Amino acid sequence: MHKLFIDLLVTFFKIGLFTIGGGYAMIPLIQQEIVDHGWMTFKETVDMIAISEMTPGPFAINSATFAGVKTGGILGAAFATLGVVLPSFIIVVLVAKYSTRFKDEPVVQSALYGLRPAVIGLIAASAFSIATASFFTLPVNGGTFQMFEIFRDIGKTVNFKSIFIFIVAMTAIIKYKVHPILLIILSGVLGIILYAI
Amino acid sequence: MKAKDRKAKVIKLFLVFFRIGAFTFGGGLAMIPFIKREIVDNNHWIEEEDIVDIFAIVQSVPGVIAVNSAIFVGYRVAGLLGSVVSALGVVLPSFVIIAIIAMFFSTFKSIPVVANAFEGISAGVTALIVSALLNLRKASIKDAYGWLIAACVFIIMTVTDISAVYLLLASAILGLIISYVRRKKGW
Repeated sequence: MHKLFIDLLVTFFKIGLFTIGGGYAMIPLIQQEIVDHGWMTFKETVDMIAISEMTPGPFAINSATFAGVKTGGILGAAFATLGVVLPSFIIVVLVAKYSTRFKDEPVVQSALYGLRPAVIGLIAASAFSIATASFFTLPVNGGTFQMFEIFRDIGKTVNFKSIFIFIVAMTAIIKYKVHPILLIILSGVLGIILYAI
Repeated sequence: MKAKDRKAKVIKLFLVFFRIGAFTFGGGLAMIPFIKREIVDNNHWIEEEDIVDIFAIVQSVPGVIAVNSAIFVGYRVAGLLGSVVSALGVVLPSFVIIAIIAMFFSTFKSIPVVANAFEGISAGVTALIVSALLNLRKASIKDAYGWLIAACVFIIMTVTDISAVYLLLASAILGLIISYVRRKKGW
């Protein structure tokens, strides 16, 4: 049991340390780590994103708490949540103490110049694997070679209901600027109606 | 700072950040106006022009905006203890809510209607992430190198099992190299 708590702390420390760009940027790393450890299935991480959108608090913290509870109860959640916050805590306190000009440092600027597009690539990869899991009926583990199997049998496995909901949701966001909470409710209602048929 | 004064500030910090943690949905950039109102307008802990800098700083270090802002503001207002209570305050509401949901979620999801709802929701989540991607893209990719890095990371993440950690490290190093060469050559 102690080993699990340490493992949760270390894993979420790593996730916290490499969360650059906040929010959606950490989805790929969280999915990779949590699914690899067997703490959650890929589908559960997608549910987790939806729950995070509907409840207060950022996804990063919420997924630490969620994975912690699922594997080690409340104490597990405490270790995981502490782990994810600790790197920011150390770094932000140091920055607050020694410099307010941190972001203007050329080294920081140059590193961010490479990091920002990388984060976009990561989020795109995450969007791609979540879309694949949602739009096709085969079980998917996320970004691996399994993609090729799915596209080989594309006619049999494609899930038109989900694609329809995706198109409706995209239109709602881009054209009508619908709030994320409303959007989740809308797609949930569409899911209940379409999947009952 | 007097001890009594400091104690009052620490308690106030906890309460303010607890409220921010409890009422900010979705996280990220949506929290910024809310945090600003509490910190600058209501409590006058930080000057208006400083808070803009703080938001810029907390976005360029690891972590999430709400928690990083809490730690930074807490430190500026009441030192290390201030940053601890502020971080605790901002995390506690979602910790309690998510812990409760996580305990009951698998039972809840075994109800067919709920399972169907979550099938739909996963398509909705895809749309949310795609739209976030489109928004972030404008501020994050400025030139051809940016497109190249983003494309490489996307492809490597999708077809291999390489950890995102290594891709981020490699991209940071690449950013340093490109900027260095650019300065040397005076581009």
